[in-house]
Amino acid sequence: MSALTIPITQPPRPWVLPDRGKVAMASLIIAESAIFTIFVVAYLFYVGKSLAGPTPSQVLETPVFYTICLLSSSLTVHLAGTFLKRGRQGAFLSLWLLTFVLGSLFLFGTAQEWHRLIYEKGLTISTNLFGTTYYSLVGLHAFHVTAGLVMLLVVLVFGLAGRVQRDQSGRVEVLSMYWHFVDAVWVVVFTVVYVLGR
Amino acid sequence: MSTNAIAIENLRSAGRPWTETLHEWVTTVDHKRLGILYIAYALFFLVVAGVEAMIIRIQLMHAHNDFVSPQVFNRMFTMHGTTMIFFVAMPVLFGFANYLVPLMIGARDMAFPRLNAFSFWLTALGGLLLYFSFVGGNGLYGAGNAPDVGWWAYAPLGAKAFSPGHSSDFWTVALLVSGFGSVGTAINIIATVLCARCPGMHLGRMPLLVWLNLVMSGMVLIVVTPLTAAQLMLLVDRYLGGHFFDTQAGGSATLWMHFFWIFGHPEVYVLILPSFAFVSEIVPVFSRKPIFGYPVMVGATVFIGFVSMSVWAHHMFTIGMNSYANSFFTITSMCVGIPTGIKIFNWLGTMWGGRIQFKTAMLFCIGFLFQFLIAGLTGIMLASSPFDWQLSLSYFVVAHFHYVIVGGILFALFAAFYYWYPKFTGRMLSERLGKLHFWLFTIGFHVTFDVMHIPGILGMPRRIYTYEPRPGWEILNLIVTLGAVIQAVAILIFVWNLLSSYWKGAVAGNDPWDAWTLEWSVSSPPPAYNFATVPVVASRRPLWDQKHPEDPDSRYE
Repeated sequence: MSALTIPITQPPRPWVLPDRGKVAMASLIIAESAIFTIFVVAYLFYVGKSLAGPTPSQVLETPVFYTICLLSSSLTVHLAGTFLKRGRQGAFLSLWLLTFVLGSLFLFGTAQEWHRLIYEKGLTISTNLFGTTYYSLVGLHAFHVTAGLVMLLVVLVFGLAGRVQRDQSGRVEVLSMYWHFVDAVWVVVFTVVYVLGR
Repeated sequence: MSTNAIAIENLRSAGRPWTETLHEWVTTVDHKRLGILYIAYALFFLVVAGVEAMIIRIQLMHAHNDFVSPQVFNRMFTMHGTTMIFFVAMPVLFGFANYLVPLMIGARDMAFPRLNAFSFWLTALGGLLLYFSFVGGNGLYGAGNAPDVGWWAYAPLGAKAFSPGHSSDFWTVALLVSGFGSVGTAINIIATVLCARCPGMHLGRMPLLVWLNLVMSGMVLIVVTPLTAAQLMLLVDRYLGGHFFDTQAGGSATLWMHFFWIFGHPEVYVLILPSFAFVSEIVPVFSRKPIFGYPVMVGATVFIGFVSMSVWAHHMFTIGMNSYANSFFTITSMCVGIPTGIKIFNWLGTMWGGRIQFKTAMLFCIGFLFQFLIAGLTGIMLASSPFDWQLSLSYFVVAHFHYVIVGGILFALFAAFYYWYPKFTGRMLSERLGKLHFWLFTIGFHVTFDVMHIPGILGMPRRIYTYEPRPGWEILNLIVTLGAVIQAVAILIFVWNLLSSYWKGAVAGNDPWDAWTLEWSVSSPPPAYNFATVPVVASRRPLWDQKHPEDPDSRYE
């Protein structure tokens, strides 16, 4: 009944469709970008509108080292994927581990900065508009880094158990798309918070 | 062949305990079952939100009525709006997309069946959360139960100080959760359409329903997420003492309006595009002609997708924007009339010279065309900012958007029910009851919403629980309420038709309408695997090619 016999008038060409994992991740990234856009707009809209201190120029320090950590992790995750595609397990695992360490360092940097702001500078999410927008935007990004780290860790554990082979390189690539996105968002957040917002 | 398979399945299910059937439905990852779950869930909430609408209308039947208290009235219009948009319109359209998109592109299932089930249950639990507020919204404050801040919850009304208790929290979390569900389904539809098409199904050969749902899903990605972000900010304000929308600390109430309407306006297009999709499939079949201007229809859809992102502030003309913003949003809003006008002319062009069959589904499509045009005309009126200053927040606006949502979206949905019910269940809906449903509902609709424009022009504001007996107000409101009663009766006939035809309807067979898209090539209801062999298509109307091998479409495309 469902076997269709439809006349084909043109010679059948090879039927190639895009990879569903990549399409879905690209869609998710578009959706996430819209969320971040709204938070960035709110941050920029409220720059300099706090009724009370502290202000960004008084308390913020540019996290250069941790930014370098996060941005270079984009390179390592890409190289790890390339090595996996070529079937070089050892190189893949060590670069994957390096990515995880760099990401964790970045998260540690955020934690350190928040600790300093809260306990030394007295800036919390309810202090003023700057606090509200700053912790929301940076926190939303940190949440995405954390989610990425969890997924990196899962792949790392499977990799150490020898379960991540060349066959899985497509899936690893999808994850690395997400990680690149997290890095790209940081470029925007960094520009907005530490460059424009001061 | 397939009828045997169905018979065997029925035999097997007859002897099974009901818990097993229930377990199967709860754990299903089949796109057809999830589609039906979405639709059933939405129909349930349609009745719930309809009852809320009736309560509103009874209260406004005459001046100084005290059928419900002002507090209850506020809850009713808030819950009516929120439920109808998020838990009726969205799920029912997603349900049809879920069911039809894989079948129409010759796929076995959605690209991510488990994500599909996850998204459905998120949406379902979101609806339960919203209605749990009737029980749990009181909190420790004894401060009212269900949300009562309007479906857009303007700041600072949503702040803790003005909305104590947990009612607004239930509203926020319900929309957050169902928003995640919507984004999940949108991602799934995009991945399915782009990655699961059967051989030969180029983008230019996809049925228009698939195209429109693809564009709709793309819009959901960037439209629903701003609401998610705004809800997160509201939660920060309410629970962590943030100041996003706190005017006392320099925050801005206007910002919430912008964020809400960046979601809120394109959302209307998210709802109307699948309705266009139904009409684009049904009108050609009952006009016995292929769709007129397929590429232009696709282009107009994409154009609507783009332009709808830049019109949101026409909801905010009265807040006092500068003249540049007013002009910009007036012009962009009027631009929407171009692609929608193209679509209306193309549907008319499809019907022109066709042998039109006036089945119930076609009647609803014709009603849709007529009413959507009028809704568009009042839309153009309201898009003009000086006109809007006069009539914003009056019943004229309420009449306008109900004309779009009921006269447009709901009519297209009814058409879809009459057209695809045979495919979903294997039984035809009764045409006799269908025609009765159509005429009663159309009369009720016009009595309610045509008349509702007039109190708006006379100056009756929306969202008031009662009014003074000014000249004309009472009789007009009484007529509006009477129309609502007629609509309610029509809906009951529809529900009765759905239920009784399931057991007593005529057996449909594979292709009761002599249609042309792939879903009609399989049995009704389709087997779990959809297609025994993957179909290969060579034109936009694969079944036409199959039925007319001497004159296939593929020769001309």
